[in-house]
Amino acid sequence: MTFRKFTALLACVAAATLIVIVAFLAMHAWPAMRFNGLGFLTGNTWNLGSLYANPITVRGQQILPGAHYGILFLIVGTLLSTAIALVFAVPVGVGAALFLAEGVPRRMQTWFSFFVELLAAIPSVVYGLWGYVVVIPFLGHHVFPLMKKWLGFLPFLGGPTGSGYGLLTAGFVLTLMIVPLITATLRDALVSQPVELREGAVALGAGRFEALWTVLLPATRRVLIGSSILATGRALGETMAVLMVSGNALNYLPNNIYTPISTMASFIVSQLDSALQDPTGMAVRSLAEVALALCLISIVVNGFARLLLYYEGRQRARIL
Amino acid sequence: MGATATEFRPASVHASRAHVIRRHLFTYLGWGLSALAFLLLGSATVWILVTVFHRGFSALTFKVITQVTVGTGGGLLNAIEGTALLAFGGILLAVPPGLAAGIYLAEFDDGLLAPLIRFLVDVLVGVPSIVIGYFGYVTMVVDIGWKFSLAAGSIALAIIALPYICRTSEMAIRQVPNGLREAAYALGAGDARVVMGICVPVALPGILTGILLALAIAVGETAPLIYTAGWSSFLWTGHLTNEPIGYLTYAIWAFITEPFAGAHALAYAAALFVTLFVLVIGVAARLLFDENAGWRRRGQER
Repeated sequence: MTFRKFTALLACVAAATLIVIVAFLAMHAWPAMRFNGLGFLTGNTWNLGSLYANPITVRGQQILPGAHYGILFLIVGTLLSTAIALVFAVPVGVGAALFLAEGVPRRMQTWFSFFVELLAAIPSVVYGLWGYVVVIPFLGHHVFPLMKKWLGFLPFLGGPTGSGYGLLTAGFVLTLMIVPLITATLRDALVSQPVELREGAVALGAGRFEALWTVLLPATRRVLIGSSILATGRALGETMAVLMVSGNALNYLPNNIYTPISTMASFIVSQLDSALQDPTGMAVRSLAEVALALCLISIVVNGFARLLLYYEGRQRARIL
Repeated sequence: MGATATEFRPASVHASRAHVIRRHLFTYLGWGLSALAFLLLGSATVWILVTVFHRGFSALTFKVITQVTVGTGGGLLNAIEGTALLAFGGILLAVPPGLAAGIYLAEFDDGLLAPLIRFLVDVLVGVPSIVIGYFGYVTMVVDIGWKFSLAAGSIALAIIALPYICRTSEMAIRQVPNGLREAAYALGAGDARVVMGICVPVALPGILTGILLALAIAVGETAPLIYTAGWSSFLWTGHLTNEPIGYLTYAIWAFITEPFAGAHALAYAAALFVTLFVLVIGVAARLLFDENAGWRRRGQER
């Protein structure tokens, strides 16, 4: 075999990993998909059934009597926490990128950026630890009561504020985890824009910030969209930090922004131990279905973002 | 002449006072909000690091690094050893296919297979680590029957590290000047000689940076290990399968929720080790990369 074919083969192995993961998860989840049907996505009850009864056969699958698997509350929790994170992360990420690209001396840029990118390097579980011991007491005792007092008239901001575990806390921690993705990518794109763009803007009388805001930022909008979607994918799949600050709610939908929630990723960790109690194995297979759904969502989200960023990269190469 | 020239000036150039004020306000507000965004992120970084360092260093004793875990007390020797083994094993498994894929994507891009592989590898980066962990659980732990083990945990980490190593190697090898390749081919070298003898050695700082970053990611991962590596309070006895193994990130997650101060201390100490490691690697990678970039820039100027 030639060297070229040898590397091609190993490259195929690397790429096939993704396909193998989807295939094996689908294989494992297949009986659960047969049993759960579409109610899996619309039902709001995760119930293993009676653990002490004899298994019965429903739709060709052995299950415990009373078993029902619906993950609507997980989908809602995942989407809402991600949405909150994006609402905070995009403006802050853009602001920080503008500041890093133009507001600090070139020589210092690497180290200033490092300060923000460090946020991406800190492991998820350390965020969880920090959230658990510092953020939750702080938000739960000081910030949430004040928010309720001042902003309680707005929908979803009133009502019981709980102990600090919940949707807003998860959204806050997720914000910090995904912001560096947006900032780093956008800063690189801003810095690598053709210098003629800025020169043209300045020649027309724009100031430094005006050139940045009215010419350079619009020129990088596809990078901003792409990196925001990548950040969305990261937030959707974040596990440990969310697990430790979200409150791990089961079977109910949030009624305000302080309510405990669960996300698909964190649910897989928090439920496997109890799923193993099911002698028919249907609970473990339903968790595999959760993992499969999460995997497919992240493939769609990431695939879309990558295609957008590839397109942008090609376009920039053509201009230069 | 001067009088007629002012007459032909477009109206908007006669900037009104309000317009000037609005532009100044816009500029100052813009810079102010941008700086505020950066300060918010910077202070969050400091807040997290201060929390981890302060609590971590106060929890640090000699016992932590010399003893194994006993219940939720004792030390973290087993977890330190386990993290080292799992991360090392994962990187060892990920480097050959990752580097080979990187070489293929950089050197032999045919415009058909290579873009597809690049796309799949990029999407693999975005697959949540818990999905890879659950995949490892249902295939290796249950179906193959390895139980919780070093082998299952290392392979799960290898899947996580693989796309990073692949893409950073590709970037690094692409930076190698074409003249070097042409010279080597002109001297009669084959593909293997050109790549392994010229391109990879020249691109080595970049490749090593990628491997270092992948190592940092592997050390910091929790979700893919919970259901593949398990947890053990004992030192490794040399079995690749059927023997669960401890690791630092598990200690952080599991011990902080215990109601004992001793357990909390272990969690803080574990968080300190993991964060310090990630931090040191991040700085090292930046220095490697930065120096490299500076060297390249100086070379071009000459």
